[in-house]
Amino acid sequence: MTVSLFIPCFVDLMYPQVGISMVRIFERLGHKVAVPKTPACCGQPAFNTGYWDESRAIGVPMLEALKDADAVVIASGSCGAMMSVFYPQLFAGTPHEAAAKAVAAKCFEFSSFLVNKLGVTDLGAKFPHKVTFHDGCHGLRELNNKRPPRELLAKVKGLELVEMGAAETCCGFGGTFSAKFPAISTAMGEVKCASALETKADYIVSCDSSCLMQIQGLADKQKKGIKTIHLAEVLAQS
Amino acid sequence: MSAPATHFNEDARRVAPDTRHRGIIQTAMGKYEVVRDQRKLLFQDWQGARNLAARTKFEAVNHLDTHLAEFARNIEARGTKVHWASNAEQARNIILGILRDKQAKVIVKSKAMTSEEIHLNDAMEHAGYEVVESDLGEYIVQLRKEPPYHLVFPAMHLTRGEIKDLFQKKLNDAPSDDPEALTMVARRALRKKYLQADVGITGANFAIAETGIISITENEGNARLTAALPKTMITLVGIEKILPRLEDLALFLPMLAVMGTGQALTCYNTMYGGPRQPGEADGPEEYHVVLLDNQRTTLLADAEQRDALGCIRCGACLNVCPIFRNVGGHTYGTVYGGPIGSVITPHLRGLQQWKHLSYASSLCGACTETCPVKIDLHHHLLQNRRNASAPTTGKPSFLQKLAFKIFAPVANKPALWSLTTKLSRIGMKLRGLVNGSAIDPAQAWTKTRDLPPIAKQSFREWWKEQGK
Repeated sequence: MTVSLFIPCFVDLMYPQVGISMVRIFERLGHKVAVPKTPACCGQPAFNTGYWDESRAIGVPMLEALKDADAVVIASGSCGAMMSVFYPQLFAGTPHEAAAKAVAAKCFEFSSFLVNKLGVTDLGAKFPHKVTFHDGCHGLRELNNKRPPRELLAKVKGLELVEMGAAETCCGFGGTFSAKFPAISTAMGEVKCASALETKADYIVSCDSSCLMQIQGLADKQKKGIKTIHLAEVLAQS
Repeated sequence: MSAPATHFNEDARRVAPDTRHRGIIQTAMGKYEVVRDQRKLLFQDWQGARNLAARTKFEAVNHLDTHLAEFARNIEARGTKVHWASNAEQARNIILGILRDKQAKVIVKSKAMTSEEIHLNDAMEHAGYEVVESDLGEYIVQLRKEPPYHLVFPAMHLTRGEIKDLFQKKLNDAPSDDPEALTMVARRALRKKYLQADVGITGANFAIAETGIISITENEGNARLTAALPKTMITLVGIEKILPRLEDLALFLPMLAVMGTGQALTCYNTMYGGPRQPGEADGPEEYHVVLLDNQRTTLLADAEQRDALGCIRCGACLNVCPIFRNVGGHTYGTVYGGPIGSVITPHLRGLQQWKHLSYASSLCGACTETCPVKIDLHHHLLQNRRNASAPTTGKPSFLQKLAFKIFAPVANKPALWSLTTKLSRIGMKLRGLVNGSAIDPAQAWTKTRDLPPIAKQSFREWWKEQGK
């Protein structure tokens, strides 16, 4: 199978190793990886701010770029939810409605693609650390993605998963929310960090680099010794 | 920015970093979550119960006209006077008219968010009546001259020490900060008022169309005393509180208790079907029910968000909301706080004035996940944002629209994205010189958080280098 990889804008610019890890993992599993000439962004910022026309201006070329893909893997639960859940709403009643539904049906968040589509949980990875897992809200509640990342982590050699109390509590990122309401966003991040610290884990793992940017950014500023890492980077370690 | 938005932002900036406040709320909600989850297990199939509740409420709301007429017919048949109020002013005037007729002086009230919604206490006090809230939490916030903090727990933001000091100051009676002793203080004060009161005013949890009864659920017995002791009883109820059948209570009473307070059932569940009937030993001589619209029909007309009228005011969405848990109940500046308030307030009080509440959410969806009647809360916040910004239904912000318009070709054209990548690298380096300061263009982020650098090689640059 050819896996079409969509690397969202901020992952492209700030977390390229997440995308590189995904390429390595899929190639190791014997799949061909393609990086289609999609827009760099899924259009979620405009969509979430209420500017649906402007969001569609990005969504239309995205639909075009992905129309022939076998399966699209998205390196973010949040952008994954945008493409597989919200595109059909965004394009409802427009000439692109059918195309949006067709693309939505073949979009997968990375961990869900491995477990639910490929049926793979053991990637032979080794990561001898105590970790805790942060559920990104979109992955958890829009994509119902509670199980796949944990099944993947369970097979990593040397890895110990300790759940934190607030695993399902939002980290406070929320896209433009984090800059529009920085005090609220920061307070939410502090609650998250406190819960993660209680586990005494070495790393916070997540499927969303955006959440990790929030958590790591706050922890670094407050000099809290928390390290964050994307699930794909964990799974690429051997 | 609207005045409510300015108020919200100022209060949020003040309250969110307040770790003492945060601690009080997190502790209270932590305890609530434990008992809520225990009680949920009493349902054989909680998700099935939610589905049924959502269907029942949606059916009730979709046939509101016939259910309301049926309710009114049935409760009037036993001598109740039903009043129809289109808006807050009409409702206040109806109630003030009854008080005048009865030559009332003292009014005792049990908990009613609808009365907060129409600012009834202010109107009654302004007209010279003595008004006493009888729910302990409501009584406390009334003494403090502040609105309820939460739909179900009006005084949850206060410690017992603060309540002791309040009672000492206002009632000159507070032997200790022991909760039981404090309750006895309030009880002593309130018992006198029940006996003096000429009129009792209550809210309602449900109005049953089939039988014409009002269902009130409570834990202190204060609503029963409010209803039973004064000669005249008034119930103020929003039109969306309709349930079609009496048997629906078998689902909704335990559901409300579980999600509201983590109880299997609240201590007192009472049904009021009219004034004292011939041969009955107690009950009011006169019973008035005021049915309140106040823009609920505006929400009913919105096909996307009509399900929000199914809300049973359990407060469960507030309890799990990380925004509520950090900014607290008073910051919203609304009668209905938390996610449900952020959804419905723009419909009840104006989209442009109240749209900021729909933006003040990370869209995490914890509210929708917990809502017992399955209101699609966080998606309604998205729809409010769209309605507020679309040229057809709202007022787009020129600058935001422009920014997104410019961003689209940048994201769409690989050459422009590549150029942006290079420029960002330089821009971020320059920004780093003023990192976190007032002139940092990213200071909304960097004041409290570090920002990662732009990578030396982006993913797309790396991929290009692979030559695949």
